[in-house]
Amino acid sequence: MTELARKLRAVTQRRESAVSTGVSIPVVVIIAAAAVFLVIGSLSSSIFAQQTVAGLAQGAIFASLALALVLIYRATEVINFAQGEMAMASTFIAYQLTLWGLSYWAAFFAALGISFVLGVVIQLVVIRPVQHRSVIAVVIVTVGLFILIDGLVTWKWGADLKFMQAPFGNTVYHVGSVAFSRQDIGVLVVSILSVILLGILFRYTKLGLAMRAAALRPASAALVGVRVNWMLAIGWGLAAVLGAVAGLMTEPSQFLQPTMMQPILLYAFAAAVLGGLESPGGAVIGGLLLGVFLNLIGQYVGFATSELRLPIAFGVLLVVLLVKPNGLFGRKQVRRV
Amino acid sequence: MAPLLELEDVRARYGPVQALHGVSLSVEEGQIVAVLGANGAGKTTTLRAISNTVRRDGEIRFAGRTLGRGGPDDVARLGIAHVPEGRGTFSELSVWENLRLGAYVRRGSIKAELARVSAYFPWIADRRNQQAGTLSGGEQQMLALARAFMQRPRLLLLDEPSLGLAPRLVTEIFRIIKDLNDDGLTVLVVEQNAHIALQLAQKAYVLEVGRVALSGPSAELQAHESVRRSYLGY
Repeated sequence: MTELARKLRAVTQRRESAVSTGVSIPVVVIIAAAAVFLVIGSLSSSIFAQQTVAGLAQGAIFASLALALVLIYRATEVINFAQGEMAMASTFIAYQLTLWGLSYWAAFFAALGISFVLGVVIQLVVIRPVQHRSVIAVVIVTVGLFILIDGLVTWKWGADLKFMQAPFGNTVYHVGSVAFSRQDIGVLVVSILSVILLGILFRYTKLGLAMRAAALRPASAALVGVRVNWMLAIGWGLAAVLGAVAGLMTEPSQFLQPTMMQPILLYAFAAAVLGGLESPGGAVIGGLLLGVFLNLIGQYVGFATSELRLPIAFGVLLVVLLVKPNGLFGRKQVRRV
Repeated sequence: MAPLLELEDVRARYGPVQALHGVSLSVEEGQIVAVLGANGAGKTTTLRAISNTVRRDGEIRFAGRTLGRGGPDDVARLGIAHVPEGRGTFSELSVWENLRLGAYVRRGSIKAELARVSAYFPWIADRRNQQAGTLSGGEQQMLALARAFMQRPRLLLLDEPSLGLAPRLVTEIFRIIKDLNDDGLTVLVVEQNAHIALQLAQKAYVLEVGRVALSGPSAELQAHESVRRSYLGY
């Protein structure tokens, strides 16, 4: 390759690289309208309010897992198909810790720490060696991880349902005529809190800035002294932690089994695409919207039984891809030479 | 005193194409040294060999130590800032985040550097939240200089700071490079614009197909027959 060719390529790359996050006005209007609709609905009907809160709790789980997908997509440019299974394995680790006598919350935080380490190790051992080969190679490795983790967990703990301590109990709060379960509120608070903490890490700390730089511009990041490979590995670790939160918050409502996260992963895909695969904020909003949407449809549309939840989520995904392939917060190209 | 930077018989290749056939050069502390040459002469590759962004053979010594074969991040940590072709802007991040990344390898407060940067580039403070990719070409070049300055390097490697800029802006950029140099920064600059580079630099090297064809004090090169014909155009 001649220097001229490289220079030309550098110039074209520069043209394409001037990219901005496109939060367009229609998107803001749609989200504001949705919020107003939910508030008015909740004020006028107690069932609507209950379903909205339960939907937000579900959606917060989708949001955590979707955010994990987005983190890895930004850093590695692939969808991590093993994200759900990693989350499931983290949940089993927490379960094992409670069997060994740890309290629920001690096991919760210990499992998050272990998940972080495992996420880093997975990136270092199986992702990094193939990362620069091709995107499809990494995808295949994540599919392989899916099968490997699923097999290991089934081998160690068996495929039957397991029961874990309930973290939030069965209390139900009554506000006027509306009943909120303590569990829904707890799931919502824990999931959203972990998302916010991660947001703070990325936006306001030096480590977060370096991680973003390493994901967006690895070559430039290395030139200012950022340890790019470590940043990518830490990114996988943090994604694993978010997944662990999603898994542990899924568990109270559906028991523990190796297949528990597979539908959740599909909802998280839909949420991430809805938000625009590259946008962390979009993944969170996409997750919450999807959770509420599915719950309200289930409540008010007669034929939409729970068997139709997953097909409806896929309908959403399809519509987004057809109408707005970049998702609600996807990036638009702004050219500047 | 030994030079701050010394290259000895440095070779580099891209696949089957040999880009550098044994380049030797030296940069004294406090100097501005220019590397001139046509497209494909190996100017950019010379800088990339120093910052370890291309694999190379031969020895490179910086501040008396031989540079290892680690990554560009190790070189940055030794106090060498490289503003690459394309300027290395983090387009998606804000101006302020670009500056913070410049200071990434430094510990402690960066207030003093920010104040200095604002003195050189008064517009930067007002537009610190603007997305860097939306800056004009000239502003991005200034941001690249500011980012490198935040690193507080002992040596600045600059790749074609004049590329794609209007003549007035080129003059402005080179005035700033001179100011930075007056404040003690050593600069190795690669330039196609030989005219302005020779005015600025104390010493220059002319590369031809991966070799040093000519070198010497800028004044001497400016007077040199073939340099005038090939690079200065008179």
